[in-house]
Amino acid sequence: MASQPNAEEAAPGAAGPWRLAWRRLRRNRIALAFLGLFVLIVAFCLAAPLWANQVADTGPNDTHTLEKLGVGGETREVVSPSGKPIGPQWFEADGKFFLGADGRLGRDEMVRLMYGGRTSLLIGFSAAAIMTLLGTILGLLAGYYRGWTDTLIARTMDVIWAFPVTLLAIALGLALAIGGLRIGPIHLSGESIWIPILIIGFVFVPYMVRPIRGEVLSLREKEFVEAAIAQGASPLRVMFAEILPNMLSTIIVFFTLNVANAMLLESLLSFLGVGVQPPNTSWGTMIGSGFDLLTSAPLLTLLPGTMIFLTVLAVNVFGDGLRDALDPRAKVRVQVEARAGMAADEVSGGVAP
Amino acid sequence: MARFIVRRLVGMIAVLFAVSVIVFLVFNVIPSSDPAQRMAGKAATPTLIESINEEWGFDDSLPQQYVKMMENIFTGDLISYEGRENVNERIVEGIPATFSLCLGAAVIWMFFGILFGYLSAVRAGGRLDNSLTVLAVAGISMPLPLLAAFFLNYLTYKTEILPSGGFVEFTENPLEWAEHLILPWVTLAILYIGFYSRVLRTNMLDAMHEDYVRTARAKGLGERKVMTRHVLRNSLVPIVTLFGLDVGALLGGAIVIEGIFSLGGIGEYAFLSLKNQDLPPIMAIVLFGAFFIVLFNALVDIAYAYLDPRVKLGESAQ
Amino acid sequence: MSALLSVRDLRVGFATEGGLLQAVDGVSFDLVPGEVLAIVGESGSGKSVAAQTILGLTRSPNARIEGSVRLGETELIEADDAAMRRVRGARVAMIFQDPMTSFNPVYRIGAQIGEAIRAHRPDASRGETRERAIELLGSVGIPDPESRVDSYPHEFSGGMRQRAMIAMALALEPEVLIADEPTTALDVTVQAQILALIERLNRERGLATILITHDLGVVAETADRVLVMYGGRIVEEGTLDEIFYDPQHPYTWGLLDSLPRLDQPRQERLRQIGGSPPSPIDLPPGCAFRPRCPYAFDRCGELPGLEARLADSPAHRDRCWLSPGEKREARK
Repeated sequence: MASQPNAEEAAPGAAGPWRLAWRRLRRNRIALAFLGLFVLIVAFCLAAPLWANQVADTGPNDTHTLEKLGVGGETREVVSPSGKPIGPQWFEADGKFFLGADGRLGRDEMVRLMYGGRTSLLIGFSAAAIMTLLGTILGLLAGYYRGWTDTLIARTMDVIWAFPVTLLAIALGLALAIGGLRIGPIHLSGESIWIPILIIGFVFVPYMVRPIRGEVLSLREKEFVEAAIAQGASPLRVMFAEILPNMLSTIIVFFTLNVANAMLLESLLSFLGVGVQPPNTSWGTMIGSGFDLLTSAPLLTLLPGTMIFLTVLAVNVFGDGLRDALDPRAKVRVQVEARAGMAADEVSGGVAP
Repeated sequence: MARFIVRRLVGMIAVLFAVSVIVFLVFNVIPSSDPAQRMAGKAATPTLIESINEEWGFDDSLPQQYVKMMENIFTGDLISYEGRENVNERIVEGIPATFSLCLGAAVIWMFFGILFGYLSAVRAGGRLDNSLTVLAVAGISMPLPLLAAFFLNYLTYKTEILPSGGFVEFTENPLEWAEHLILPWVTLAILYIGFYSRVLRTNMLDAMHEDYVRTARAKGLGERKVMTRHVLRNSLVPIVTLFGLDVGALLGGAIVIEGIFSLGGIGEYAFLSLKNQDLPPIMAIVLFGAFFIVLFNALVDIAYAYLDPRVKLGESAQ
Repeated sequence: MSALLSVRDLRVGFATEGGLLQAVDGVSFDLVPGEVLAIVGESGSGKSVAAQTILGLTRSPNARIEGSVRLGETELIEADDAAMRRVRGARVAMIFQDPMTSFNPVYRIGAQIGEAIRAHRPDASRGETRERAIELLGSVGIPDPESRVDSYPHEFSGGMRQRAMIAMALALEPEVLIADEPTTALDVTVQAQILALIERLNRERGLATILITHDLGVVAETADRVLVMYGGRIVEEGTLDEIFYDPQHPYTWGLLDSLPRLDQPRQERLRQIGGSPPSPIDLPPGCAFRPRCPYAFDRCGELPGLEARLADSPAHRDRCWLSPGEKREARK
């Protein structure tokens, strides 16, 4: 597992490990550029209500099948009699149908793209948050307590893990889309956005627990943990105040990866019809519905698909940059340590031609 | 060795049991609507629902329901109420197509994944490495439907270089078999190529710092032999583990690819069943898929023991 | 006798994020045929880096290597990769500290020894290399070499593994053996066996050996001459007797004093050298040992040269401004 900027081992007098990481990150232009791309995309999606109300004057689910558009002197049909939707108008119709209509239902593609993005981003982040949180807690418990707790958690994770992640998600997606979910007081209808969030968050948990547990197991043996226990710190305190801070960089990197994976899984599920359910829209559902019109209106598939691609790409590249900044050993570089002994040993194993 | 295999088999059965329980829970217990209604799907009528209740025992206790479900699936009588066909037969029919897709894609991605990962690691930091890394990151960020749509649009519909779908048996016409599968193979493989090349690259970069690499150089070995016989060889071990897991899990991606390219295999069957919200086929396919991943995990464990002599047979690969 | 290996003013630095890390700062010595030369120092003293640089194992994009290393007629510092490969293993062989990680875990020992042989004799057949491997394993004292040759590294005990390492190093009958902390990772009893083996090889084959260690006890068993390194520089050099009986540098005194001795009263605490080793990036100007030296005075701000300061021991050199008289006083 990545070596941590461990606060315990920071050189006296040198910059703290977080500041060093921040400096490294700042120098990574590519990672920052993609972070900027991501921010742009988020801003684009957040602007949805603005665009919908001020410019396009329509909502994401409003149909305009039989309407006609007045552009420059002509009238164009939003949906032709043969079912072909209108193409991108750009600014010709004052921004209405900027990217065209989305098929027989004649909905504004641009508006749907923005609202769909909100859903996709929301699901991606929420699911990633859930899986990171659950994975961390379970990993901490399993790694710290070992024994029965560990066996129980590890075996459960193994069983879930035995299921191909995608298949499990598809199965859950189908079952819950039809049936809805009821756990105690919580009742979710099959259409609720929470269902894909919970499903995606749930199926990836085993994927996180293993490495976190491994890291907890090794951190547990370190002296500062023994010291804390000897000072009478409660298990909770040891887990969350001693071990957890030393895993922060792993968790952060995992979180970014999880966002990427969650968004990809959501788009897959929604494409297959077992993710986001109508009337909600996500980029995944848009790809699904656009596929039937691939020959006549390829944009309907390529646009939402490209949005997903760009977003996931941005998250991945930035996540990579983040990981490099937090653990420079991943690159071929010589690390500076305060203790000379470590430096010479590190250095003498260098890359020789 | 024999004892190891037996132990693994027993383990497999235990896991399969757990998996079947999960399938049972997922489809019949967790959702809060009426199970018989879900089964019947769009063809629901009161009489149908009643007969489903009987056949599946939804009025009985949970363990009895489970037993009934397993009976239905394994006695080959599983029928999809929607399509009115025997599920198990349909699955068996779809095996050639699905296998052709998955195995072909696996061969392609392993070959290119290892090649690109090796080149990236050996020329780490250079322009080749940077380009390959860019391609790899792009590859793993690509949603399958987008890639498929892109290929379909520009390589088949617009230009008709390659066929847009359908499956031709290998035994009928090998050339056409391959022609129809190239796009599906490439689409499925790209994501994995990106992922595997990066994993190999990271493993190799780590391995390059190991002491035995220094020894190999000190013996007077040329750089290429150091890289292949020592760095690559040791870095391949975790790749094999991953490969086992991924091949088993391919069915998920296969559903999308077969659906889009109409390959007629198990994946397409699942794709259509999902569209129609038809439960019984999905249950069977999911079990089928889980069976494969468990099988492959066991094979990987055995292979692992050969690849890394430090692992004693009987300890599962972590 | 002309030197087998001649190192002149070797300097090795690494460019890092924090600045230039000067690991080796002007090291010179000769290795004479048949002798055992010990290089002693703490971790970070540069001894391992110096040794590995002889074989070109520290070459990398951010390494700055200067000076000269001559093996007979061949200059090694500037030598190209092909020339270095011909030297490695065949003329100069090296064994490392941890035999467990120094062998590749997935190949059998015999195969790895065979690989070493074939690296220089590509036409050697499998049968030949296997025979030779068995012979080598036997010559270093490994029992039952015919079956051991097919074992994996993890199936050997620590001491056996190190013997196997040595066997592999001897495969092509090199002129020089460099042993980098060969006993550090081993139990004390096994240490003695390995040292005895090295000493025997040196005696029977006249194998010139560079022995790198931080443990003076190891040195006392086997060395003919000793170099003491600190902060990337040699701070004292001399014969074994000179170093042990008349050490001339405060750091050497510290090393000798910190050795646990049977004839010391039990109650006394082990002596330590106060402070910690310097960071190679942040060397103080002048004598590197100054911050930890109980005898430091003004002149120590200026780097002392490595010179013979005793009239009757021209080969016994040290880097300390104290006069011989002052040193004798300090040692009482």
